[in-house]
Amino acid sequence: MSKYYLNYLDELESEAIYILREVWAQFENPVILFSGGKDSILVTHLAKKAFYPSKIPFPLMHVDTGHNFPETIQFRDDLIEKFDAQLIVGSVQESIDQGRVAEEKGKNATRNSLQITTLLDAIESNKVDCAIGGGRRDEEKARAKERFFSHRDDFGQWDPKNQRPELWNILNGKHFEGEHFRAFPISNWTEMDVWNYIKRENIQIPSLYFAHDREVVWRNNSWIPVSEYLKLEENEEIVTKKIRFRTLGDITITGGMESDADTLEKIVLEVSAMKQTERGNRSDDKRSETAMEDRKRQGYF
Amino acid sequence: MKISENQLLRFTTAGSVDDGKSTLIGRLLFDSKAIFEDQLEAVEKTSKKKGHEGVDLALFTDGLKDEREQGITIDVAYRYFTTPKRKFIIADTPGHIQYTRNMVTGASTANAALILIDARHGVVEQTKRHAFIASLLQIPHLVVCINKMDLVDFSEEVYNTIITQFEEFSSKLYIKDIRFLPISALLGDNVVNRSENMDWFQGAPLLYTLENIHISSDINKIDARFPVQTVLRPQSEDFLDYRGYAGRVASGIFRPNDEVAVMPSGFTSKIKSIDTFGGEIDKAFAPMSVSITLEDDIDASRGDMIVKVNNKPETEQEFSAMICWLNNETAKNRAKYTVMHTSNQQTAMIKSVLYKIDINTYNRNEEDKDLNMNDIARVTIRTTRRLMVDKYRHNRNTGSFILVDNVSNETVAAGMIL
Repeated sequence: MSKYYLNYLDELESEAIYILREVWAQFENPVILFSGGKDSILVTHLAKKAFYPSKIPFPLMHVDTGHNFPETIQFRDDLIEKFDAQLIVGSVQESIDQGRVAEEKGKNATRNSLQITTLLDAIESNKVDCAIGGGRRDEEKARAKERFFSHRDDFGQWDPKNQRPELWNILNGKHFEGEHFRAFPISNWTEMDVWNYIKRENIQIPSLYFAHDREVVWRNNSWIPVSEYLKLEENEEIVTKKIRFRTLGDITITGGMESDADTLEKIVLEVSAMKQTERGNRSDDKRSETAMEDRKRQGYF
Repeated sequence: MKISENQLLRFTTAGSVDDGKSTLIGRLLFDSKAIFEDQLEAVEKTSKKKGHEGVDLALFTDGLKDEREQGITIDVAYRYFTTPKRKFIIADTPGHIQYTRNMVTGASTANAALILIDARHGVVEQTKRHAFIASLLQIPHLVVCINKMDLVDFSEEVYNTIITQFEEFSSKLYIKDIRFLPISALLGDNVVNRSENMDWFQGAPLLYTLENIHISSDINKIDARFPVQTVLRPQSEDFLDYRGYAGRVASGIFRPNDEVAVMPSGFTSKIKSIDTFGGEIDKAFAPMSVSITLEDDIDASRGDMIVKVNNKPETEQEFSAMICWLNNETAKNRAKYTVMHTSNQQTAMIKSVLYKIDINTYNRNEEDKDLNMNDIARVTIRTTRRLMVDKYRHNRNTGSFILVDNVSNETVAAGMIL
């Protein structure tokens, strides 16, 4: 007997493709926000599927903090070439040089929240009316309340209490000039769904996700990679460990975990046994209970 | 069955501050091991700070800053958990009266609805409200959880009395499948594990019920409807003349060689191929995203609908609908709105309001016809051009629409075609 229902990964894929096509149909100048992390790689992959046999009709926009893993940049450039896509880079370093933002001071200084200004500037100067992100509702409690089509005012801000209701699968992307939307095609995916899908589809992801030997120091309960930006504290010692990264952000704040998972099969097994949330190793989320909500209100990813 | 063949079930929960809804969701997440250690630690810390004994399961569903401060849910929140049998999406909606709009939103995509009743209080106004919305939005399955059974000595009599109360009013509603369960979310009785305190109950616990509700038949497989989202024209060397109609099947089944008509023009053709990134496929059904190519060069575009020649939707310029008003601003008499329906949009107006419904008593009010936030009313809608519609009762995708305010761009109403 033939079956007439989809399994959950196919249903999630179909939903994401539907949303990506709605973005294309309802906006003039959409982009995919590309970080080099697995979620934005997944969105790019889904965009390829959504418009095949046409090319991906959206440029990829990367907000470059300057504090990258070299592997991420290499991966980004290879992907752009493979998909024959256009790349737009917004540079945090330029925002600093132009005096738009000031570098944070102190030991735990990061460029994480500086990205907000660069992102909003890049959106404005490229006249982007919809920025497609890889945000997922399971990541964080503020993100649990996001819409597929999320309206931003002309300051790029999110007002969680005044969101447009989203019913059935009808997406209202109507907007005024100067306003933009964020679209989240993989809202309903969990971390586990993402990994299972990457494995099923054999999607290429940066080598950083696989276990590898790396020089690291132990800080804030995780292994922080040694880089030119890392200032060693007293009592901190550089060691070589076999680690992998569960999420990717700036090299300065992304902590690795000890692991032997060097294949997608092993990663899926490891993630399914995980006892900590994905963002537990991200110091940007540890700042306060509402760190994510506060940044999102201002216009963060 | 392989895990990779598991289905997705979306369900909505509605309840008020005290009937244990958050505790129930916390219990489902906790017992199905969807809670991580760092989340548990955070909740343990907050529980202690608030002076609760043990872990307050309700805190797992805490959302935005304002909500935590006020201790109420303001907006729909989505939660996820997976068991070896299914993946679940919970649309967690607040139950108080001013948030009808959120309940309607959560209900619009749900396969099942959970309604919680406090065993000490039985059926209350709010229960009727939730059941009404589940019926209005045509949620196929309703699971009524009679909670806090531990506070009524796990009494079978109390349970049966509440079922009778519920059935008395629910006979006026249109719900295909209703089940009742006696539970204690706090203690876990009949949530994931069978209750040891209620031998008299022979049914399955809640999680088992959710894992096994038959949902594949809920999708309309009869009326083939394919709203065109966008047209794919790669114009590359390999696909020089390719013209694919991209969309998501709303209902029914399409196969290559099917005789189809493109609405509203009515031009007919045959399906040449059904394409995906993975290659051509031999059938497409809801909710698959595909692209369809036709044998003939027909000029179809976004807003058009591909259907089978022998089974067409109604094409209407005027139709009756139930709408839920979602906006703070009162509906403007005979004002113009944009109706968004499938991939189509047209200018529309609310031609007349027949009556409003009191969702607590189900009484009709034909006097007061102002549509305010959270009102549910029967109206007549007129559009500038014809829409291809089905009755909502037969087709949730082609029978639903939203109204968008042309001044604010906000979504002001959700509609179901009668």
